[in-house]
Amino acid sequence: MTDSRRVGMWVQVLLAQLLCGWVLASELTFELPDNAKQCFYEDIIIGTKCTLEFQVVTGGHYDVDCRLEDPDGTVLYKEMKKQYDSFTFTAAKNGTYKFCFSNEFSTFTHKTVYFDFQVGDDPPLFPNENRVSALTQMESACVSIHEALKSVIDYQTHLRLREAQGRSRAEDLNTRVAFWSIGEAIILLVVSISQVVLLRSFFSDRKTTTTRVGS
Amino acid sequence: MTPVVSFTGFLVAFAWLSLSNALYFHIGETEKKCFIEEIPDETMVIGKYKTQLWDKQTASFLPSTPGLGMHVEIKDPDTKIILSRQYGSEGRFTFTSHTPGEHQICLHSNSTKMALFAGGKLRVHLDIQVGEHTNNYPEIAAKDKLTELQLRVRQLLDQVEQIQKEQNYQRYREERFRMTSESTNQRVLWWSIAQTLILMVTGIWQMRHLKSFFEAKKLVGYMRGERTTTTTFLVIFPPPELLSELPLMETRLLSKLPLMETRLASI
Repeated sequence: MTDSRRVGMWVQVLLAQLLCGWVLASELTFELPDNAKQCFYEDIIIGTKCTLEFQVVTGGHYDVDCRLEDPDGTVLYKEMKKQYDSFTFTAAKNGTYKFCFSNEFSTFTHKTVYFDFQVGDDPPLFPNENRVSALTQMESACVSIHEALKSVIDYQTHLRLREAQGRSRAEDLNTRVAFWSIGEAIILLVVSISQVVLLRSFFSDRKTTTTRVGS
Repeated sequence: MTPVVSFTGFLVAFAWLSLSNALYFHIGETEKKCFIEEIPDETMVIGKYKTQLWDKQTASFLPSTPGLGMHVEIKDPDTKIILSRQYGSEGRFTFTSHTPGEHQICLHSNSTKMALFAGGKLRVHLDIQVGEHTNNYPEIAAKDKLTELQLRVRQLLDQVEQIQKEQNYQRYREERFRMTSESTNQRVLWWSIAQTLILMVTGIWQMRHLKSFFEAKKLVGYMRGERTTTTTFLVIFPPPELLSELPLMETRLLSKLPLMETRLASI
């Protein structure tokens, strides 16, 4: 490959990097301590279609408060004690959008929250792709398979989260049953022995006085 | 060669610029923030971050602060640290998982101030890409010289591979879940049997022990076929004033009672 072609190739890569900056898909899982609020911010351009999806993975009743505000502070989405939800909106203004998850209603349960914030569409595979020409059949088949696989991956993620939820409950239950059975065995033995000891103590002081009652 | 180098430099610079549009959040100066990534094995994770410090004088976040570093710590599902490094205010970290499970990515700044005195706020831009999203397709196309169709097929192959790994991991997780449920089932079964046995044994023991205790204290008549002298008497002595009101026979019986009583007490 000649130098100029190599340069051209790097220019393409460079442009791809630039374009990458204007689309974003962040999915994060974080722990929200009790009485805490965590906010995330994102700069969005007007007209971009965005989707916010969240699910509570572990903790308490698996619910969290969620709130989405636009740059002027107008609340676009507000839900209290929601376990799972998905919200799509188109950015009407340029600026910093803010979304917050709040666990302030809970006194001692930590919650693990997963969220997926998608801004804009996926970057095109080829930055210099001219969309004027129609895709060939093979290419359009590839595009549809790609979209289908993306939704498969999305469903898989939700399945994984549900399974994590169920599994953490089952593990909690297992440890609780273990502690409870040991605890109850000890309590039973202690109570029965102390009953006998107490009864003995009642009778051991008054052995001469219970034979008669005089008036 | 020089144009390539300069373009590579621009490339790197613009890569960081692209991060300025990433999601960001605020943390305290000495606060540690952790994120969980549940991933199958042999999955690559790339994380990029950029930190900005709050400047009280200008009441805004400084674009870059030299000397501000972030410590990145990554733990694998067995809570073993697989990466623990300090980066500058902007950094990029990569790791590949070797065991499937929940990995923890923790970030905290290298500020040496005490938690009480450090009132500063940090703005952290973060972007974590997992698995198939870590692939840079234009770069791969350039490196392997793929046509458009080949590149699309390559992308599909990577996606399918990720799905396959995730399904495999799902099978392993489901097995763990099943084992936990089976263990709970066993424990509940054994516990109920054991509890019934303990209850019966303690009940029988209590009865036997108390019976022998009361027999020893001569409070209870017990053995059949043996004449006992330890019967309990309840004797009521009417006051002398009432004695005159009773018939004569009763009076005579009553007068003999003290004698009987003393004989009994001596046994």
